[in-house]
Parts: sequence; structure tokens; C-alpha cells
Amino acid sequence: MTDRRARLPGSGPFFPDPLPLFLRRRTAPPPPAGQDGAAKTGLSPARLDIRGVSRRYGRTPALEDVSLSLPPGEILAVLGRSGCGKSTLLRLIAGLDAPDAGEIRIDDRRVAGRGRDEPPETRGVGLMFQDYALFPHLTVLANVRFGLRHLSSRAARAVALERLAEVGLADRADSYPGTLSGGEAQRVALARALAPRPRVLLLDEPFSNLDAGTRERVRADTLAVLRQGGISAILVTHDAAEAVEFADRIALMREGRLVQCDTAERLYRAPASPFAARALGDIVEMEGLASGGRLTTPLGTLALTDPTPDGSVRVCLRPEAIRIVPRGEGVPGRILRRRFVGASTRIDVEVAGLDAPLRLTAAPDGIAGDGVALGLAEGGVFVFPAAKSS
Amino acid sequence: MTPARGLLHAAAAVLAAILLAPVVSLAVAAADGTGELWPHLAAYVLPQAIRETGLLLVGVGLLVTALGTGTAWLVSAFAFPGRRFLDAALLLPLAVPTYVVAYAYLDLMHPLGPIQSGLRALLGLSSPRDLSLPDLRSLPGCILLLGFVLYPYVYLPTRALFLMRAGTLLEAARMLGAGPARTFFRVALPLARPAIALGVGLALMETLNDVGAAEFLGVRTLTVQVYATWVNRSDLPGAAQIALVMLAGVVGLVALERLARGKRGYAGSGHRDRPTARRPLSGWRAAAALALGSTPVLLGFGLPAGYLAWAAWQRLRAGGWPEALAAQTLNTVLYAGAATAVTVAVGLLVAAAPQLLGRRSGQALIRVAGLGYAMPGTVLAVGLLAPLALLDKGLADLFGAELGWAPAIGLGTGAALVIAYTLRFLTISVGATEAGFARIPSTLPDAARMLGRGRFATLLAVQLPLAWPAVLSGALLAFVDIAKELPVTLLLRPLNVETLSTHLYGEAARGTYEDGAAAALLIVMTGLIPVALLLRLDRGPVPRHSRAGA
Repeated sequence: MTDRRARLPGSGPFFPDPLPLFLRRRTAPPPPAGQDGAAKTGLSPARLDIRGVSRRYGRTPALEDVSLSLPPGEILAVLGRSGCGKSTLLRLIAGLDAPDAGEIRIDDRRVAGRGRDEPPETRGVGLMFQDYALFPHLTVLANVRFGLRHLSSRAARAVALERLAEVGLADRADSYPGTLSGGEAQRVALARALAPRPRVLLLDEPFSNLDAGTRERVRADTLAVLRQGGISAILVTHDAAEAVEFADRIALMREGRLVQCDTAERLYRAPASPFAARALGDIVEMEGLASGGRLTTPLGTLALTDPTPDGSVRVCLRPEAIRIVPRGEGVPGRILRRRFVGASTRIDVEVAGLDAPLRLTAAPDGIAGDGVALGLAEGGVFVFPAAKSS
Repeated sequence: MTPARGLLHAAAAVLAAILLAPVVSLAVAAADGTGELWPHLAAYVLPQAIRETGLLLVGVGLLVTALGTGTAWLVSAFAFPGRRFLDAALLLPLAVPTYVVAYAYLDLMHPLGPIQSGLRALLGLSSPRDLSLPDLRSLPGCILLLGFVLYPYVYLPTRALFLMRAGTLLEAARMLGAGPARTFFRVALPLARPAIALGVGLALMETLNDVGAAEFLGVRTLTVQVYATWVNRSDLPGAAQIALVMLAGVVGLVALERLARGKRGYAGSGHRDRPTARRPLSGWRAAAALALGSTPVLLGFGLPAGYLAWAAWQRLRAGGWPEALAAQTLNTVLYAGAATAVTVAVGLLVAAAPQLLGRRSGQALIRVAGLGYAMPGTVLAVGLLAPLALLDKGLADLFGAELGWAPAIGLGTGAALVIAYTLRFLTISVGATEAGFARIPSTLPDAARMLGRGRFATLLAVQLPLAWPAVLSGALLAFVDIAKELPVTLLLRPLNVETLSTHLYGEAARGTYEDGAAAALLIVMTGLIPVALLLRLDRGPVPRHSRAGA
């Protein structure tokens, strides 16, 4: 994938400051892996390696040549739309399904691939299901104890109660899952998945069944538990904000392929493709022309930082890369519509050479009349080859 | 493959071999059968038996189609006083096995029985000779009797289909100007074709399986001939040859049923539409509808069951309980109970086979498990003879030399009977268990695997407890079917062991009808259990586990 970004020469840090709200971490950064937390719970987080894994169902490829690595203690989010193969990837790691090609290693042990297919029950991998999959015929306590058969009855009970207390549900130990609220069921599922001390925890859209308010809180709590234990985890989600908040790195998937795997900031600042650019935030797309180290767009020109062959290119802009400049400078635009939204004003601006009006945010009193002048700010401008594909 | 999985595969292979044994042994027996008998069979026995069986099948097929579809339409398309009662009551004849209904009617219609006596009294006649009714002991009589107890097989799926699918479609037909008759013939009937085909197929399987009714009524069907050739002529190869002809008939039936169902899916599986807006009937029309709908209930259940109750009561007053009845009931319960236990255990493993062995081999095993149900009881029994004898010989060779004593599992022991029952009714428990498993969200067993349990442990810890109600209802259905079973019991029971059904058969064969009334009544009462279960399933609340995991 090409990764050519336009930068204004001599500029400072071009990442917009402050970051868009959803890109800001709301929780503390992870403790160094394998130290404090791990020592506390006795977990030894594993390293996970996925090498060139493919899986097809009949003729339909669900996963094609995916390679990923998860260092011990890291939390990785696999982000993609439904049907992009992210759940298949999870099932392959879990051992509920087997890859057609490639291999999966946990630490230095090959668990799948090249003739080996270790059953899920011996992999030491935990999985939290989207529907939680609590056993309806067992109490909450019995659910959490389910994976603790290697312990004595008394020890298993103690550990299960401890896990339940950790998620704040010790008082629901004797309830049946049918009587729990969505948030409670999710926390029981977490406690149950963590009880046997899995070396890698997989989470399959574990928050998507919760209503918006509960989701925020449960997500933060879940993350705290994972961080505390220093657990290697993979979260599958279709929600970019969730991936950003939850994970150290994000693996972006599309149609069975890995598009880019990076930190949220890198994905935001240096997307590898228009698809990746769209994944973590709004972008404005337009045609541009590269010529002699300069980029010309309907919104103005700027210098290209990376060598780019002359010719037509696809330009992706973050909204913050578009500035409102004093009249007379920049490119003129016509305001089609304005909406008052409190601290700022949203304006729709029509610019010659663009297919659709731009949607911009301006100071409430900064704009008068129908006309406005626009220019390109530093950073947030990505240049890709003008291919037909996105 | 781990050793445990290898063991599982081996067990599955053994089970499949056992399930296939009757068919294989029939083919072998027929192939090396003594040539001298075949010409005799082919010339004198088979043509007549095939003709009578064919006519019987055609007659019963037409009658159950008319009765089953007609009654299903009646209770689905019209509203009249008594409709709800009829809706349920139309299932009652399911409780009466074919040999019991024949038994009851033979006594009822006897020249000295209550009906003819009553008619004579009414007409002022004194001698049985002066009143001649057509003899029930004939092919038409047999068709009539079988039709009136077997039509619920058509009624049940057809009514379900009308209930689920018909609402909107039938209203659409009416909005397009079609009257009730036109709606029935142009829309409802074609719509219900797959359901009707399914029901008729089952009814005809039962007809083929029947040995009692046909024999009591003097119809020499293939089934009767298999039985006679074996028991009366002691000619096993001959019986096997006729049985093989029957098996071909079954295959033909199944093919015909598939053909009749056509490519149109059996549309009863979807969600339930709005209930059909029923056309209200009043006045004489309502009375006629009720009378029409009640006739099959009366003839297929009310009359025979009522008569049996009355006759049993008479017998009881006159001489107390027949002393053998307790022993026969005990035998029935013991053998049916043992066979049910085996059937349920094996059924559980077979239903779990796709999970334990892998999808493809598992599905194959499930299909093989359905084989016994398709085979008429006599055919299965004949097919089991040789394998059982072989087994006995093997055991004798194995143990006899060492111990001077060998465990006998084969012929003439209760074990043989239990094995035969299991083969015949395995599919009932497999089906029920599969249905129970299918209702469990697939993430639950996955979750158990992720928590460290193997496939088998998952089966025991998660699937079995959750599917328990379904397994139990399967067990109940299997128990009732086994308790009512006649042909296999007749042929394979240990010497001097009488169950309720064989006792009834014996009394009928001797012509001492009144002595069997109590046994027949018990069988009918047992048969009512699955009918009640069906009604509860039909009316019952939404299953509890639909919220599982949420």
C-alpha cells in the first residue's frame, strides 16, 4: 500500500490539537506488560502469532493471508464491518474453526496450521461471546465456576466468587442468567471468561448488545479489569470509537484481508489507503494533481513531503485540514446553509471543482454574508494514487 | 486423531453396522434362499399378496387424504360451535393402533354383537340370518377401518400448514373473488400438497406395518404373508424374499412421497402468520359442519374406545380382572421401558454424532438410524433373525468352550426384542433430541469448549441438560410406540411371554374377543399420552429456552 502524505514544509506537529474527542484515551495507558497486574493475578499473558492465515467457506474466501502479532499484555482491536472476516479470525484463534492455510502460534507452540488443530479446550484461550452465551440452566456462580474444573470444589468456588466480586456482582452469585440485565450478563460473561486465567482473551463484539449509556460504563470497567490483569486480548468490533478507546493497536480489516495494523494515532495520521482514512474519522475526498513536488487541489496548493510521480491523484482531507482564511486569500466558496450548534456554527460551503458541498465548523460570529474564503491547513492531507478502487 | 476420537469413530462404525444388519441379512437370505420355494411363492403367494397390498394402500391413501385434508380445512377455514373441541378431538384416533380398531369393530359388528342385535331389535327381526350387512372382514372393510384411524397423520401436518401459512394467502384468494370451494381446490389444496404427501406417506407406512388388522379382517397382505410364511411354514428364506419385496415397496413409497412433495418446500416451518380469519357458519350449516367433522372422531375413536371400555367393564363385573392382565401389563412396561432406555441413550449419541464425529459422518449416521422406522416390523424382525443367530453362535464359540455356559442375546430372549425395538424406534428419540439440540444457541457449546471442556463433556454438561425436556418427550413417544407395537413383538418375544398387544392378538385369533377388551383399553389409554403431548405442544406457551443466554 502506498503511504504518501502531503505535509507543509517547516510546520510543527500536524496532528490537530486537541485530538477529535473520540480519539482521546479516557483511561490510563497500560501498565508495562507482565509486571504489576500480572503478578497480582498470577496470569502470564501470552504472545500470539498469526501467520498467513486463510479460511474459505466453499468458494467464498472469509479470510485471506492474514498475519498479525500480539505481544504479551497488549490489547488489539480488530475493526471492520460485518462480513469482513473478523469473527472468523477470532474463531480460528479460539480453535472453534481451523484455517485452510497459514498457522497460529501461542508463544512458541503451534496450535493450528500445518496439520495441527489443537482443540479449543487445551489452547488456554478465553472467548467472550457477543450474546454472552451464559448457560441458562446454571446459576451465575456455576457459570463462572464452569471453567475451573481443575481446582477443588472449595477453591473453585472461592476463585469464582473473587472474579464475581471483581466485576461487582458477588451478590448475584445465586441468580440465574435469565434474571440479569444486559450489563450484568456482560460482566458475568467477563468474569467467567477470566476465571480459568486464559493466556489470551478474545472478545467478540462484547458491548454491542448494550444500550448506549451502559455500554460506556461497562466498556471502561472491562478495560480496567483487563489492564489490571495485564491480559493479552483481542477485541472484535465494528465501532471505530470503541476500538480506539479499548485497544493499544487497531487491525483494520476489509473483505477478509488485513488493511492496516497500527496504533489509533498512526491510523488517523498516516492511513495506508482511503479506506483506512475513512475508518477512523470523517474525510473529504477530491481529485488533485501532483506536479513538480507540489499538490494542486480545488482548495489550493501545498508542497508534497513524499516523492510522488506527477499526475492525477486521489486526495483525502481531514476536516481540520480545511481552514477559513481572510477574504481575498485562498479559494472562494459560497455558503449554502448554516446551522447554529451552540459554541460554533456549522456551515455547508460550495466550492468550485468539488462534487459535494463541504461541511465545516466555524466560530459563531466569524462568518458574515454568503461568501467565505478557504485554505489548506497543515497536516491531515493524504495523497493516494488515483486508482478506481478506494 | 486422538485415541478418544478414534474410539468414538469405531463405536459409530459398529452402531452403523448394527443398524444396517437387517437390510444386509435380508439381501443375503433372499439371495441364497432355497430355489424350490421361490417358484411357489412367485406363482401362488406373491401375486395375490401384492395385489391386495396395492389395493389396500391405494384405498387407504385416498381415504386418509380425503378425511385428513377435509377435516383440516373444516377446522381451519370455518368457525362454528364446537370447532375448538373438534380441532383437538380429530387427533384422538392416533391413540388407537390398527389392530385394536379392527379388534373392537369385529366384536362390535359381530352378528351377535351390539350393533347387529340392536338393528334387529329395531327392525323386529329375530334371526341373524334375516339381516345381512356387508361383511367387515373384507378388503373394503379393512380400508375403511385403517382410513378412519390413520387419517390424523394427514390431518396434523395439513392443519398446521393451514394455520401457519394460509391466513394471508387464502384471504388474498378471496379478495380476488374466489368462493370457498374455489379457494379450497385452487389455493389451499396445492398449497398443502407437501404436507399431505408427508402425512399420506406416514399413513401408508403404518398400513404396510400393520399385521393385526389385515389378518383379523382376512386380507392377505404382504405383511401377513411374511408372518405366515415364517411362523406357519417355518420358511425363513421365503419370508425374507417376501420381506425384500416389501422393502422395495417402502422405497417406492418414499420416492413417491418425495415426488409428491415436489420442489416446493414444506412451508410449515416459518413463523406463524396471523391466524386465518375463519368464515363463520350458523344454523344448519354449523350443525352439518360439526356432524361432518365429528364422524371420523366417532368412528376412529369414540365408538371403538367406548365399546372397549364398556366391554372391559362387563368383563370386570362378571369375573373380575383377567388374572393374566397384570403380568402382561408388567411385561409390556418392562420391555418397553428397557427398550426406551436403550433407545434414548443410543439416540442421544446419534443425535450428537455430527458434533462428536464431524458433520458429514454424523449426518450419515443419523440417516442410517432412520432406516428401522421405514421398515415394517415384520421385515425388520425377519432381517434380524440371521444376525442374531450369528451373534449367539459367536458368543457360544467365545464363551461356551471356556465356561460351559454362554450368555444368549439372540433369538428368543428379551435382549433380542429390546434390540429390535431399538432399531425400529431409534429415529424417534434421535429426532426429538436433535430438535432439542437445535434450539440451543450454538455459542453455548462453543463457550463450554472455550472453558476447557471436551466435546463429550460439553454434551453432558450443557447440551443434555438444556435439551432434557425434548429428550424426555422423545422417550415418552418411543415408550408409547414400543408398548403398542405388535409385529416385532409377535415374532421376536421370548417363549411364553405375553405383552398386552400379543395377548390381544391371541384373543382375536382365538375369537375370544371379550377377554382382550381390558388389554385393548389399556393400549388405547397409553396411546392417548402422545396425543395429549401433541395438543400441549400445539397450544403451549413459547418454549422457555428461547431467551437462553440473553
